[in-house]
Amino acid sequence: MAWGEFKDTAAERRLFQRRALVMLVFVILLMSGLLARMYQLQIVEHEIYTTLSDKNRVQVQSVPPPRGLVYDRNGVLMAENRPVFSLTIVPERAGSMDETLARLGGILDISEEDLDRFRKRLKEARRPFQEIPLRYDLAEDEIAKMAVHRHEFPGVEVEAELVRYYPHSELTAHALGFVGRINREELQRIDPVNYAGTNYIGKSGIERFYEDVLHGSVGYQHVETNARGRILRVLERENPVPGEDLQLHLDLRLQSKAHELLEGRRGAIVAIEPSTGGILALASVPGFDTNKFVTGISVADYRELSESIDKPLFNRALRGQYPPGSTIKPMMAVAALDSGVTTRDRQIWDPGYYQLREGGRRYRDWKRSGHGWVDLMDSVAESCDVYFYEIAVEMGVDTMHNYLSAFGFGEDATLDVAGALSGLLPSSDWKRAVRNEPWYPGDSVNMGIGQGFFLATPLQLATATALVANRGEWVEPRLLKDIRGDRSVSEFLPKGTHNPLTLKNPDDWEYVVDTMEEVMHGTRGTARRAAEGASYRMAGKTGTAQVFSLGQDEEYDAEEIRERLRDHALFVGFAPADDPQIAVAVIVENGGSGSGVAAPVARGLFDAWLEEFPAEEVARLVGKSDHNGRAR
Amino acid sequence: MAMGKSLGSQVGSDLGRSRSLWSVLHLDPILLVLLLGLVGGGLFVLYSGADRNIEVVKAQGIRLAIAFVVMFVFAQLDPAVFRRWSPWLYAAGIAGLVAVLLVGVGAKGAQRWLAIPGLPRFQPSEFMKLVVPMMAAWYLSRYFLPPTFGRVMIGLVIVLLPMFLIIQQPDLGTSLLVGMAGIFVVFFAGMSWKLIVAFFGLVSVSAPMMWFFVMRDYQKQRVLTLLDPQSDPLGAGWNIIQSKTAIGSGGMDGKGWLQGTQSHLEFLPESHTDFIVAVLAEEFGFVGMMILMALYFLIILRCLYIAVTAQDSFGRLVAGALTMTFFIYVFVNVGMVSGLLPVVGVPLPLISYGGTSGVTLMAAFGVLMSIHTHRRMITA
Repeated sequence: MAWGEFKDTAAERRLFQRRALVMLVFVILLMSGLLARMYQLQIVEHEIYTTLSDKNRVQVQSVPPPRGLVYDRNGVLMAENRPVFSLTIVPERAGSMDETLARLGGILDISEEDLDRFRKRLKEARRPFQEIPLRYDLAEDEIAKMAVHRHEFPGVEVEAELVRYYPHSELTAHALGFVGRINREELQRIDPVNYAGTNYIGKSGIERFYEDVLHGSVGYQHVETNARGRILRVLERENPVPGEDLQLHLDLRLQSKAHELLEGRRGAIVAIEPSTGGILALASVPGFDTNKFVTGISVADYRELSESIDKPLFNRALRGQYPPGSTIKPMMAVAALDSGVTTRDRQIWDPGYYQLREGGRRYRDWKRSGHGWVDLMDSVAESCDVYFYEIAVEMGVDTMHNYLSAFGFGEDATLDVAGALSGLLPSSDWKRAVRNEPWYPGDSVNMGIGQGFFLATPLQLATATALVANRGEWVEPRLLKDIRGDRSVSEFLPKGTHNPLTLKNPDDWEYVVDTMEEVMHGTRGTARRAAEGASYRMAGKTGTAQVFSLGQDEEYDAEEIRERLRDHALFVGFAPADDPQIAVAVIVENGGSGSGVAAPVARGLFDAWLEEFPAEEVARLVGKSDHNGRAR
Repeated sequence: MAMGKSLGSQVGSDLGRSRSLWSVLHLDPILLVLLLGLVGGGLFVLYSGADRNIEVVKAQGIRLAIAFVVMFVFAQLDPAVFRRWSPWLYAAGIAGLVAVLLVGVGAKGAQRWLAIPGLPRFQPSEFMKLVVPMMAAWYLSRYFLPPTFGRVMIGLVIVLLPMFLIIQQPDLGTSLLVGMAGIFVVFFAGMSWKLIVAFFGLVSVSAPMMWFFVMRDYQKQRVLTLLDPQSDPLGAGWNIIQSKTAIGSGGMDGKGWLQGTQSHLEFLPESHTDFIVAVLAEEFGFVGMMILMALYFLIILRCLYIAVTAQDSFGRLVAGALTMTFFIYVFVNVGMVSGLLPVVGVPLPLISYGGTSGVTLMAAFGVLMSIHTHRRMITA
């Protein structure tokens, strides 16, 4: 042997055998340890891990109910649900994120805002293989592009969800309202179970008021998923209960007509069917595209809308509080007659101004030269201010307050119109409480012609006008007409609480209606031009309201300032006078003259409602029967 | 002497009967049957772990066939050849490791591969798993055993040098396995128990130093995650939680072949590579695990028998060290998957999908068979 030292091979063998024995014991101990561990996991703790494994595998998913649709009175769809596609990325499968984002940016339009939001979500804790949305609301051509390039982008998916869509959004923005993503405050208010799969909630209007009805009830499914959350099998399913479909009193044709008549102006129109209280049209112009708000409006778009001097986001019909001006005179006439302050025969001399006492302040009539001797009929027809100054002072603020309250001023008298404001119906108590001043007779003078502290919304004016049209019968304004399916409206529509306005002499209603007819058809009626050539009798009252103050923004050019300082033009009325089908309130901001600007708008609505639409209906029916005839 | 003679004649007559086949082929039939059983069963588990991808099973089958060929080739070489070549192979291995650090290629921030034009890419560190124990055995078996303190130290240097180079790649797992192989040689050689105790003392002192100076952040994270998987249930803890869930939900008899939900629904990561034992445990239960452990134990038992009956000290030391390295593989992998040890990239030997380690392992079994079948009849 070539080894340098003497070797005791037998001793070496024995040494090795001892060491091998030690190692064998070592192996047996450690292997027993492994088996003991397996025993612990598989036998002792088996139940725990079985539960964990099932929890992994089987997930309970909420199935959001489809939101109820909204139709107008003729069954035209105004709010529907549309699949919207968003782009999501599963980071684990996408490879290099920066590269993926850069290449996606070359194909799709991805804004900095989208990227920021995405990167923020990327940093937050989440389950492996959970997708993160990058872009919402992909256009059709973008979906097509993604379909073509799909294989180049592992982990990038296009996903669909049902999102609210308003086909006539500009027209219905202020009447329907809109839905939007649930925000943090709403999250605390809603039932987390029922909204488990829902991303959107009614933010305003009908969408907000009937949120519970429209939303429906959430469904569930037990699904077997893989670690990426992809559903492999549905094990059990409880279907969601879809939201109820609503039909409104709103008539999209009239709504469209209202927008047409106010085209290029700022203003509001409210039209009510007096017999039902149904709101036929509720227009605030300019409108805006509510669809932009559903998935989240961009900062730039929102700024443009909110900073526009035309205030398109402002719902003038419900929230615009204007001095009602002379349109209040028919209601004042009712109050004066019923309280006995005046009679139909009483005449007053109008020299062109009114004084509380000899030598005191002169309250001017709009007609400088005065109307001469006028009775109540003349005063409404010609809109004589002095007569109303006189009776206002004689009634005093509290009588006026009581009667005007009965007309629905100073409160939100609607049943289901979300966000309607109450205006301001002043009283001596109110003035003392808010201004800490007594009520002066001069305040009554102003209130007599709908100026001063008195503020009302177009919806309130329409409501009061409908009450006149109904001769004191109260039917609260409402939007909901019917619920599709077998639920009844009375389940959801709040009950009306108003008592009819009963006059001591019910015939006074006819008299007041007569005065309003005189406005339209009388030889000296202020709105006689607007009623020319009508085949039906209408009742109305014009009004103008002074614009008190307007910020003197240097940006406005002189022309603009002059335009925006003009009086608001108002009109209230109904038709036909003896069988009212429609009652309207019109306000055209800075329109100047109620008779010249607002009254023709109302006439347009009356014509549309009483003549054009029925004629179209007849034509359609005739056309249909003709067609059927030919077919036969 | 008489006993030795009778034993020798008995062995001789055994060999005489089977010389015609096994002795000519230089294979050990018992070890071969056990290995084939393990590999065959492993392919079934792999088919399930790879989610019924038959291509994976085919590729693994081919790889294992090559590994068996490598084993066969190694078995034909006389142990004396290994002994003679040990220093040169060791020198070549060290050179390879240095070359890896200088010009190596790799992925995920580690350089582990050496790409020599005209040759398939290979990992010198893998090669060292065989060479380091051989080199240590070569050195220590030159002198009488048990070795003196100085020779133990030189033996440890032989082991620590490649370990140090491999850590630099960085590849802590392989470095520890290579080190284990070498240290087992020193242990089998008869390193005194005092030194062993001192050695463990040194290791426990140096462990905190390793923590601060050697271990990378991802390695520290793995240790922390082992201690408390719930601290990071979506990141590093995910693997441990999911594999424990897979194992535990298997129960006594398991969910059945191809019925494991954890692996087939992709909750279990690396289900056909490092974590394949969780698939087996989930689908075949505690019974399956006992069968697997029994197979591994029988292989280790047979290999230890080969080591004990080896002809010379070099053979004994190499055989013993390779056997224990194999065991360490099993223990570390199963310990890691069942949440006893930190997650280190050690595959389940001969079952996990993957190339190089299978070939190295079968080469080691080839060396063992060579040691067993090249014994001369006369014991010296």
